[in-house]
Amino acid sequence: MPKAAISTNFTAAVDRRRNLWKTEAAAGHDVPRGFHPFAASPLTIDEGPALRPVTDRRMALARRAIQEIRGPALARRILPGLPLTLGITLVYVAVIVLLPLGALIFKAASLGPADYWTIVSSDRAVASYRVTMLCAAAATAFNLVFGMALAWVIVRYRFPGRRIVDALVDLPFALPTAVAGIALTTLFASNGWFGGALSALGLKVAYTPLGIIVAMAFTSLPFIVRTVQPVLEELDGALEEAAQTLGASDGEIFRKVLLPQLFPALLAGLSLSFARSLGEFGAIIFIAGNQPYETEITALLAFIRLEEYDYPASAAIASVMLMAAFLMLAITNILQTRALRYTVKG
Amino acid sequence: MKIRLDTIVKTFDTFRAVHGVSLEIESGELVALLGPSGSGKTTILRMVAGLEYPDEGAIFFGEENATDIEVRHRGVGFVFQHYALFPHMTIGENIAFGMKVSKTRRSTAEIAERVEELLRLVQLDGLKDRFPAQISGGQRQRVALARALAVDPKVLLLDEPFGALDANVRRDLRRWLRKIHEDLGITTLFVTHDQAEALDLADRVVILDKGRIVQAGTPEEVCRAPDNAFVMNFLGDANRLRATVTAGRASVNEILFDAAGVPDGPAELFFRPADVIWREEGAGIPAVILRVIDRPDSKRILAVTADGQHVEFDTAPEFPFRMQARGTLEILRPKVFAAST
Repeated sequence: MPKAAISTNFTAAVDRRRNLWKTEAAAGHDVPRGFHPFAASPLTIDEGPALRPVTDRRMALARRAIQEIRGPALARRILPGLPLTLGITLVYVAVIVLLPLGALIFKAASLGPADYWTIVSSDRAVASYRVTMLCAAAATAFNLVFGMALAWVIVRYRFPGRRIVDALVDLPFALPTAVAGIALTTLFASNGWFGGALSALGLKVAYTPLGIIVAMAFTSLPFIVRTVQPVLEELDGALEEAAQTLGASDGEIFRKVLLPQLFPALLAGLSLSFARSLGEFGAIIFIAGNQPYETEITALLAFIRLEEYDYPASAAIASVMLMAAFLMLAITNILQTRALRYTVKG
Repeated sequence: MKIRLDTIVKTFDTFRAVHGVSLEIESGELVALLGPSGSGKTTILRMVAGLEYPDEGAIFFGEENATDIEVRHRGVGFVFQHYALFPHMTIGENIAFGMKVSKTRRSTAEIAERVEELLRLVQLDGLKDRFPAQISGGQRQRVALARALAVDPKVLLLDEPFGALDANVRRDLRRWLRKIHEDLGITTLFVTHDQAEALDLADRVVILDKGRIVQAGTPEEVCRAPDNAFVMNFLGDANRLRATVTAGRASVNEILFDAAGVPDGPAELFFRPADVIWREEGAGIPAVILRVIDRPDSKRILAVTADGQHVEFDTAPEFPFRMQARGTLEILRPKVFAAST
């Protein structure tokens, strides 16, 4: 039955019931309280407070209560499988993500506040935060520029080998990070291919913070490329053409038209890249030299405490990294929401 | 600003989109480029804008050769089919964009004043602080026009400006664009595949097929005196009957029609569905009614002639039809063209 026909029939039925009600009331029939022609109807037609029967209100309350118990998410819907998938997801998140983090916090909390503070604010720990943060920031800044350029080239130009370049971007994901670390160390050691050339310029990479940056940049490169790429692909070329016809230069088009639209994606890639750099371990320990106070990253310090069977200290240091990661994700989320405010329909 | 295209040629890879098109557009004229998809109309428009460069030929703005002038210096206003509004800017910022990046410095107050003025012109006062995602398609297209007009373009170019809108909005916007054009008097070239739109809006219609101009003229000229079968077919429903021309007379089922200027031999006779008088009996081409289609303002009759050719014609809604009824067709305003194949 076509939609229009259904609604007409329905309206007709409601009209009949309304007329019945009216004629009975007009004829002076004593309409019993609690009887209401619309009690079961989904339509709410306000006929004044005097006529609204008590049961109707009770029904509405009961219906709302049921709705609240079931929750709007579990209300009747067309797509199947929500309770099942939601259940699986929540259990998974709880067991795989929250439980280990909870255990970490629990372990760290077994220290008293004074002990905790001593451990996390020791000179060696603070030096490791500084090395990790600064190197991660530098690696992310490098990836921001290089990753965006790479995404730009892959999306905008057609050249032989484009698909190979596109595939190579994911290599840091696929490669075991230790392998990457060893390979980078070999290349950048003072007798390696790059290291030899660079040391001739007086630049030492392996066993310095620069080496940490190289390792971090290598392992986190795909994040920026892979977050920016789809947004670039979706960008309407007509926007740039429109800006050109309005007299904008290439620089102005990039700054005022492209960058604001790429910004949310850049931010997402940036935060992922930075988080990955903070947490990177395998690739860095081979190239860093791991000198305390100089080239020792926080993850390594936590690992050293672990090897010393000092589990609470290890957990305390790890908890600092965890907080740093949370803080950064929260900030990027806020920035992203603000940057995307124009997509909200009004 | 007068625009002149001189034998423009454009090839994409191996596909020749435009074959030597020459065209003159007078200053202040509103001209439609009309054609089916792939006829090269959008390519021509983009070349006038400077968004594509012709392989051969030249484009003149007034007396100046504009062929190699970059888009951003060409001083054209371009309105895109899908609006191409900057989604991250408000309506006001979108309209102000061209003025902000312009070399002629304007003060903030000047720009704000001009934005208000343009918003009034396109009847969108009060929407300055909305984002494009928050307004309707018709409103977006008007913002796009205001943005294009903000830089005082010498020429206004519109690419299928109403293509993405629904029928009622299209009709309103057409009339409104016509009025704006009359008020501002800016030379305007627009592309469309919709004959009604071209005939409704334009001073002159340029009909294109496969990268060539097949006819250019006022709406009256192209409607009343189509140059060839393509124009006849493209501008609206047309019936086609096989005919034979001898000495300037075309014969269809032994009925003769005027065919002055058409060479002897096989030809085709075209006529509009409205140009038919149906009679139960009498002189005319004998035919049988197959089917009747009801329309709001008429009845469309599908019939077949005695020699098996299909004909469609319109009658008043009161027409008392009978299936398989026999009668004759009298054809008014026939057009005869030499057979194409």
